[in-house]
Amino acid sequence: MNLIKLFISFLKIGAFSFGGGYAMLPLIKKEIIEVHGWLTVTEFIDILAVVEMTPGPIAINSATFLGYKVAGVLGSIAATTAVVLPSFVIILIIAHFLSKFRDSPYVDWAFMGIRPVILGLVASAAITVAIDALTSIKSIIIGIIIFYLITFKKLHPIWGIIIAGTAGALLF
Amino acid sequence: MELMFKLFMTFFKIGAFTIGGGYAMLPLIQREVVEIHEWITEDEFMDILAIAEATPGPVAINTSTYVGYKMAGVKGSLICTLGTILPSFTIILLIVKFFWQYRQNPLIEKVFLGIRPAVAALIFSAVYKMAKHMEIKSIHMVISGLTILAILLLDISPIYIILTAALGSIGYFKSKENRL
Repeated sequence: MNLIKLFISFLKIGAFSFGGGYAMLPLIKKEIIEVHGWLTVTEFIDILAVVEMTPGPIAINSATFLGYKVAGVLGSIAATTAVVLPSFVIILIIAHFLSKFRDSPYVDWAFMGIRPVILGLVASAAITVAIDALTSIKSIIIGIIIFYLITFKKLHPIWGIIIAGTAGALLF
Repeated sequence: MELMFKLFMTFFKIGAFTIGGGYAMLPLIQREVVEIHEWITEDEFMDILAIAEATPGPVAINTSTYVGYKMAGVKGSLICTLGTILPSFTIILLIVKFFWQYRQNPLIEKVFLGIRPAVAALIFSAVYKMAKHMEIKSIHMVISGLTILAILLLDISPIYIILTAALGSIGYFKSKENRL
């Protein structure tokens, strides 16, 4: 039963994950944490950190990871298949008339509206994670320094996580 | 058969060596698919990127599905997409099966206390870069702001917000076009 619920949840997540990995975080949170209660926010952030440091798209990695937490290896397979399925089918359908799809004004118009929503979705994810993660002065300082290094000093995200983890081990 | 194997290995490599996902994968995908194997042209690659932006799902998956289909039909799509997914799928399974249990260890717990703010920083950094890239206008700010409110305070599902924005935007531009 959990497997079917898991499959449907990730089908939804796959079908509405525009704009790369982070934009789907609010939907994952809604489906996995709020509706089904399969994880806590903190666990979810820890998984995100691991997913960020392993190869492959964030969407796929999160599906594999969360699927396993909910229903073992079968859960991984179900969630990963489900998250890929919508884009797989859509691309197969439009592979035939690729340029026609690209030049359609409707696609353009829809995306004029969706783009700022994606920004809002990613910002919501950032706020949710910040509320859970920034629990002390030390954690706020770590967050600000890593933000600065990644945004303005072009530090690779993996190094950001490694530095923050080391700081955590030393400071807490 | 040889082609199938080559397709699989190429996308396996792409899946295995692109940490960070999404746009970090593009240079490698481009080199393998356009420059080395010449399976698609540079123009086609650009088209796929535009499509990837306009369709749900990771860019890597969209590209593998398209290239696979072009080279060897539906079977090719399956082979390529499987190749892209398999490395991270395996690595994640190993991590979650063998290492996740040590998360309760006091030292690891401290490490994660440091890492969690960094995850927040990563996502805020993405917000900053997206906002800069979008050359944001005030109407965009309003839509982004309303999205944040709808998600965090009203607890509305992102699915409804995306659909509303897409349909609303189509309606707006269509009526504008009709008036001209």
